[in-house]
Amino acid sequence: MFKIINKKELAEGIAQYIVEAPLIAKKAMAGQFVVIRVKEDGERVPLTIAAYDREKGTLMLVSMRVGKSTALLAGLKKGDSILDVVGPLGNASEIEDFGRVICVGGGVGIAPVLPIAKELKAAGSYIISVIGAKTKDMLILEDEMGAVSDELHICTDDGSLGYKGFVSGFLEDYLEKNLTGTDPKKTNIERCIAIGPALMMASVAKVTRPFNLKTIVSLNSIMVDGTGMCGACRVAVGGKTKFVCVDGPEFDAHEVDFELLISRQRIYCDQEGVCYDLYEEECKCKK
Amino acid sequence: MVEKTGSDKKNIKKTKVPRTPMPQQDPKVRARNFQEVALGYTEEDALLEASRCIQCKKPRCIKGCPVEIDIKEFIKLITEKKFEESLAKIREKNTLPAICGRVCPQEDQCEKECILGIKDEPVAIGRLERYVADRELKRLADEGKECVFLDGTHECTREPVAVIGSGPAGLTCAAELSKMGFKVTIFEALHKAGGVLVYGIPEFRLPKDIVQKEIDYLKSMDVDLKVNMVMGKILTLDDLFKDGFKAVFISTGAGLPYFMGISGENLNGVYSANEYLTRSNLMKAYKFPECDTPIMKGENVAVVGGGNVAMDSARTAQRLGAKNVYLIYRRSEAEMPARNEEIEHAKEEGINLKILNNPVEIIGKDGWVDKIKVIKMELGEPDESGRRRPIPIKGSEYDIDIDVVIMAIGQGPNPLLISTIPGLELNSRGNIAADTETGKTSVKGVFAGGDIVTGAATVILAMGAGRKAAYSIDEYIRTGKW
Repeated sequence: MFKIINKKELAEGIAQYIVEAPLIAKKAMAGQFVVIRVKEDGERVPLTIAAYDREKGTLMLVSMRVGKSTALLAGLKKGDSILDVVGPLGNASEIEDFGRVICVGGGVGIAPVLPIAKELKAAGSYIISVIGAKTKDMLILEDEMGAVSDELHICTDDGSLGYKGFVSGFLEDYLEKNLTGTDPKKTNIERCIAIGPALMMASVAKVTRPFNLKTIVSLNSIMVDGTGMCGACRVAVGGKTKFVCVDGPEFDAHEVDFELLISRQRIYCDQEGVCYDLYEEECKCKK
Repeated sequence: MVEKTGSDKKNIKKTKVPRTPMPQQDPKVRARNFQEVALGYTEEDALLEASRCIQCKKPRCIKGCPVEIDIKEFIKLITEKKFEESLAKIREKNTLPAICGRVCPQEDQCEKECILGIKDEPVAIGRLERYVADRELKRLADEGKECVFLDGTHECTREPVAVIGSGPAGLTCAAELSKMGFKVTIFEALHKAGGVLVYGIPEFRLPKDIVQKEIDYLKSMDVDLKVNMVMGKILTLDDLFKDGFKAVFISTGAGLPYFMGISGENLNGVYSANEYLTRSNLMKAYKFPECDTPIMKGENVAVVGGGNVAMDSARTAQRLGAKNVYLIYRRSEAEMPARNEEIEHAKEEGINLKILNNPVEIIGKDGWVDKIKVIKMELGEPDESGRRRPIPIKGSEYDIDIDVVIMAIGQGPNPLLISTIPGLELNSRGNIAADTETGKTSVKGVFAGGDIVTGAATVILAMGAGRKAAYSIDEYIRTGKW
């Protein structure tokens, strides 16, 4: 059992959990994830590690309520425990002084960007963060991102805060403004990290490709074990099949087949709906 | 019954009783439920079957058993109705009798060697093993008791040893080490112990509460079991040695699914057998939505492969409600690696065997599986495996309408842990190179056994490896010699 020592609502349906997991916290690196299970007979759900504290032995996880399993997690309070937390899984992000790095986070995807931006900054990189959400109220971790960024840019779909539009739109404008010298598409930015919904990552990849800007995305495919055993998470990268859990979760965005990723994310849409509806019925009955 | 004179062979004719059949669920009924297929012997069955054993002076069956159970003696004890003593006799060599009685390929091991098999059918050793194990479990359950080793008083005071992976090899190694007094900690990556026994083998062949009871028994041997521990990630071998473990046994199994490399394998509806079975067995997706993990049920399901995993997948698909389940295998039935019993069970349940067929492409529609294109095969000269090589027949391709495909063409070694161990030698297939007798690897203090060494094999072979490694770990810790 893994105790939740603190919980904070970040936005409607999105919460941050500080979970006691000393052994995992000791080894966790930016870019890695855990698989959790809330209850017996529950699903195994992958969640990216948003922060870790080796001394306190804690992990920070951020989850948005989208179906039954995330609703079960959302139902846990401070002091409750998560049944299983497994990790740290996947490969760590490449961290070094890359020069100017643009870190793009969309929606709940801002959470996994946070530790990467933090460590890149610590390694000496100049961090330009671009974070976005549907509305101002849905934007999460703004202060935390601000603290690890040299520049922080905010986008909202409805324009309630910052740039009005998608992060990819802002990014395109930004890159155009930062073109340098001789090469017509060369910017002064060395690398882009983009994490968020698959569609957002696909759009970012499309924007950065003409600028030849190396872009890293962290993929959120469906998983079961998270240790390379089942292959549920397979994606196509550069025409080759890869397992997100052990080969990733980070890949070169320009090589990823996003269409396949998005298609495979939808495999259980119908079943998940059934499961969630039943759960909501059950909740109503209890009330 | 015990003949004092004459050779064992002469005694064969004295048995008049035919091999006692195993009571089973009706194929039509069981093809739609997940309850156990084989119901187990009654006491009457067991006594009758045990009476067939001629108590050879030189029992060959024991040599056929990878863990060398004293088969002759445990059967004799059954004939004397000393069931508890009989189980104790088995447990001297095998800590998982209820499991082995169900899933061991006895026909290739102990029963293959049984002398009765020359003129008649061999003694049903596996069924008898299962009977005594189940009988004890039932007796304890009726009395509201747990199945415990030495009344739960066993204490381990010798050096700590780590076992990585809680499948058949790891559980057996841990049990043997514990009996020798070593303080064993088992590290399991999943949330439940048992390895392939819980994620791979379906409920209808090996009920999970049976597995749990055998694991509880092991825990009563003062063995520490830690789940959710992905070794190599959360702890390295160096960490273990620094924490005071004197030796490590790696038994992480064959946990990396192979795909064929044909077009369409990433379509929605294509599963590795590992994923399909893990969803159904470990995550209990067959109970969805009562349990939360979903699985695509499919009306027309194609399973590719001819081993036990393929049979398990096909029979699971049938039970999930498929109308047609095709088992596509590129050689003929004679070459199938699955146990005969499993093939027969699958056929009885209505699985459609498409032998001498091989998939060439999976055809999709809007991202989902729609058809599988297969080519007919014929058998040529024997290949390096000794089996006749399947050769495609030109122009014989045809399509089958399907909505789910399960690839059951084998598994490789999962590199997750082994890639983190400096100096660990692997063989050409990526398995750990370990001595087959001692389990010793190229790294001092590190032993390995089971599928991670042999590639996908059987439960009992993995158990045999775990047992041998335990003795060699004992020797290593006592002498310090590598």
